[in-house]
Amino acid sequence: MVNSLYKKHIISIPELDRSQLESIVATAGMLKATPNPQLLKNKVIASCFFEPSTRTRLSFETAVQRLGGTVVGFDNDGNTSLAKKGETLSDSVQVISSYVDAFIMRHPQEGAARLASEFSNGVPIINGGDGANQHPTQTLLDLFSIFETQGRLDNINIAFVGDLKYGRTVHSLTQALSKFDNVSFYFISPEILAMPDYICEELDEAGISYSLHTSMEEVIPNLDILYMTRVQKERLDESEYVHMKAAYILTASMLTEARENLKILHPLPRIDEITVDVDKTQHAYYFQQAENGVYAREALLALVLNEQLSAGDTNND
Amino acid sequence: MTKSMQMQVEAINNGTVIDHIPANIGLKLLKLFNIQFVNQRVTIGFNLPSSALGCKDIIKVENVFINEEQANQLALYAPNATVNQIENYEVAKKLTLELPDQIHAIFRCPNSNCITHNEPVDSSFRVLTKKHDIQLKCKYCEKVFSREIVTEHP
Repeated sequence: MVNSLYKKHIISIPELDRSQLESIVATAGMLKATPNPQLLKNKVIASCFFEPSTRTRLSFETAVQRLGGTVVGFDNDGNTSLAKKGETLSDSVQVISSYVDAFIMRHPQEGAARLASEFSNGVPIINGGDGANQHPTQTLLDLFSIFETQGRLDNINIAFVGDLKYGRTVHSLTQALSKFDNVSFYFISPEILAMPDYICEELDEAGISYSLHTSMEEVIPNLDILYMTRVQKERLDESEYVHMKAAYILTASMLTEARENLKILHPLPRIDEITVDVDKTQHAYYFQQAENGVYAREALLALVLNEQLSAGDTNND
Repeated sequence: MTKSMQMQVEAINNGTVIDHIPANIGLKLLKLFNIQFVNQRVTIGFNLPSSALGCKDIIKVENVFINEEQANQLALYAPNATVNQIENYEVAKKLTLELPDQIHAIFRCPNSNCITHNEPVDSSFRVLTKKHDIQLKCKYCEKVFSREIVTEHP
């Protein structure tokens, strides 16, 4: 199999084409079914978190170790000598990348991963989130969860609910799904937190259908995927927030008209936008989705660090 | 250019004349090209009468010949400006302005949380034209800004 992801920096979802996304999703499925602790054998991976992100870090580090690799790094740069001595990110990356085979990083500033890719001397940079910009592996695990539950990435009806203005996960997943055929988007948010114009323009230019709504119930019967996000209280004034809470909270009783195959996704952590009675329904998939983060990251690391990766490499025999 | 205006802004022997700059933009262009103009004689005219623009700015720089790439950087501020290279008081070459695909090391990224502000790298933007709008996309933080936001950012 020609592997176009080999030694590639993974910075931003728009840079991945459909076949690369499909290859990651397929590999994640194979690794979930049949673990392979050989794929990163003898590889050392840096996991450098310049800001804390517990779920992302543990998921990445689990992925490395499940594939037989080892991890070096830190979980908060406030504890490192880099921060205390005031070293630039570019210098830190030049040094650390010379120790390792791949460099996973999370950073509070936008553009940090792109900058790192210019200073890593060819060592692949995996973006684990750069400020409010990109978080590509979240999108990969979302795609894998959609594929796993629906058996396809074409012909999906998906609604995004909540903070669509600031939520980078919904922007990236929209961009990723735009590469597939006949995907219909439903955007459900308070007007003040609506999908940014540039995303809607991209969809318009690509001739992709989408519609805007302010209530979930009217669209739930049409959906394959309901992607919930958290609305942060500080984005709205007090009266708007109270109003919003009523309109953008999902309860089990709202799912009576849902299709059998509907799955609910959420990047987590949830606060109160999905009530716990939804957890017991057949539609809840957010905890499995979080687990899938390990397999999606395993798949990505396996593809970035193995020039040849055939189906045979993803099983144990 | 009319004779009376030539008297308002003295002719130059050799160098570059940037004409038909919208009024009030001349000062920004001077700032943009500040480094290239060091130690050269620069004559400027602000708010001169212009039949095409109503009011315009003009900049004349002795002994500096700005190249096409530099001239294209002007297009962001003043798409209709004209750039003439002068030799022996005659126009030796007229440069036509075209929007560049990329703009390096000219503007700071308006996103205050962009990594470029703390690191030893030049800013870099991709120029996007959508219908009549010109937008700039930062290569690093990937944010898209309208032309005015970037060019007017300090």
